[in-house]
Amino acid sequence: MTLDVEWARRWVALAAQAITEAKDELVELDREIGDGDHGVNLDRGFAAVAAKIEGMDRPATVGEILTTVATTLMSSVGGASGPLYGTAFLRAGKVSGLAELGPDAVVALLEGALEGITSRGRAGVGEKTMVDAWAPAVEAAVRSAGAGDEPAAVLRAAADAAADGARSTIPLVASKGRASYLGERSAGHMDPGARSSAILLDAAARAAA
Amino acid sequence: MTDPGVALVLVSHSAQLAAGVAELALQMAPGVAIHAVGGLPDGSLGTDFAAVDAALRAGAQALRGAVVLTDLGSAVLTVEAALELADDDVRARVHLADAPLVEGAVAAAVVAHGGGTASEVLDAAEHAGSTFADRAGRTLAVRGWDSAADEEDAVSTVAREVMVRNPMGLHARPAAILARMVARLDAAVRIQGVNAASVLELMKLGVLGGATVRVEADGPAAAEAVTAVVEAIEGGFGEV
Repeated sequence: MTLDVEWARRWVALAAQAITEAKDELVELDREIGDGDHGVNLDRGFAAVAAKIEGMDRPATVGEILTTVATTLMSSVGGASGPLYGTAFLRAGKVSGLAELGPDAVVALLEGALEGITSRGRAGVGEKTMVDAWAPAVEAAVRSAGAGDEPAAVLRAAADAAADGARSTIPLVASKGRASYLGERSAGHMDPGARSSAILLDAAARAAA
Repeated sequence: MTDPGVALVLVSHSAQLAAGVAELALQMAPGVAIHAVGGLPDGSLGTDFAAVDAALRAGAQALRGAVVLTDLGSAVLTVEAALELADDDVRARVHLADAPLVEGAVAAAVVAHGGGTASEVLDAAEHAGSTFADRAGRTLAVRGWDSAADEEDAVSTVAREVMVRNPMGLHARPAAILARMVARLDAAVRIQGVNAASVLELMKLGVLGGATVRVEADGPAAAEAVTAVVEAIEGGFGEV
């Protein structure tokens, strides 16, 4: 399966669907340590994104789609995840001005997204945030691409690593965002942003399968 | 018509909070251009990218640029993301303050009203939090005036004592009136040892009606400044 514009369209559609299905779970996770709006905000954002991408007239590159995802998320999510995911897709879009992505371009896309999230959120690894899903995803993608895997396999490796990364946030104590106000009490719950990040990357991998 | 000078952009999760802070700042500094945005289009809490983006662009039109104040996390992130997507000229003219929303907006508005540059307005906003937190500074400053200032520069310092007549004393509105008056004059003016050009410094003195305060000034317009301040205080700010 080639990672072209059609792949990007499928990614968006699958992501919107997966976020809708996970809405209640995300709301529940966010209620434990946040303000409970993550699932609702993201669902609204990705519904808007799906409609926007569906109506796009012949995008020439993957980057065009990702940039549109970015601006739509920023203007429709409402919570902190809007600018965070918005910046992630924006930076990912900047390095994806291609009609088709090879293994290295997939790595560059993921690195761009991670760089966007860390620079916007000023968070590092181990602070119980989205970064804890994206950083291992990038690491796994680099390894997979380096081993000569096909682009779809690179994405699958990234998605699996993101899922593990999200689970690894459970024992962590948050030091960024609203959950950080809870201090030690934030431990024992999965970070909702890391969870939604894993869902988005899983959608990307499924779209390529 | 006040010169637009530096505009303020206030970004909150709540439309009511944004409007309320704008109202407060405008009372302290009438005529300053304030673009206040808060909440989502459906009225719920959040930060609306399109509205924030429009406010930043509007602020950038001001003669001397704009200073942005925000409430919580995602408001900061939304402003930063909007600036990242904005044109270079908008980005160059808009400055995001790391400051508490209410105190920062009031301090920034007063400095903007006094004709401050963007960096002076930004500085006022960013120091507003520590002004309030530094309660200890109040006693130090009050103690300071009768020793150090008097002895060091007795020749050029003009000083007078005056009783505060309005019952509410130097609360927000009188403090703003004094600060604006002082900012226009070529003199360094102190009331009870604190900078009279700072609304926040004056307010934290907590001076009530019936108290006697010491007004002193240095500089070319020192005598004029002391007279003006004393007259304003004796006039009771229209509250007696």
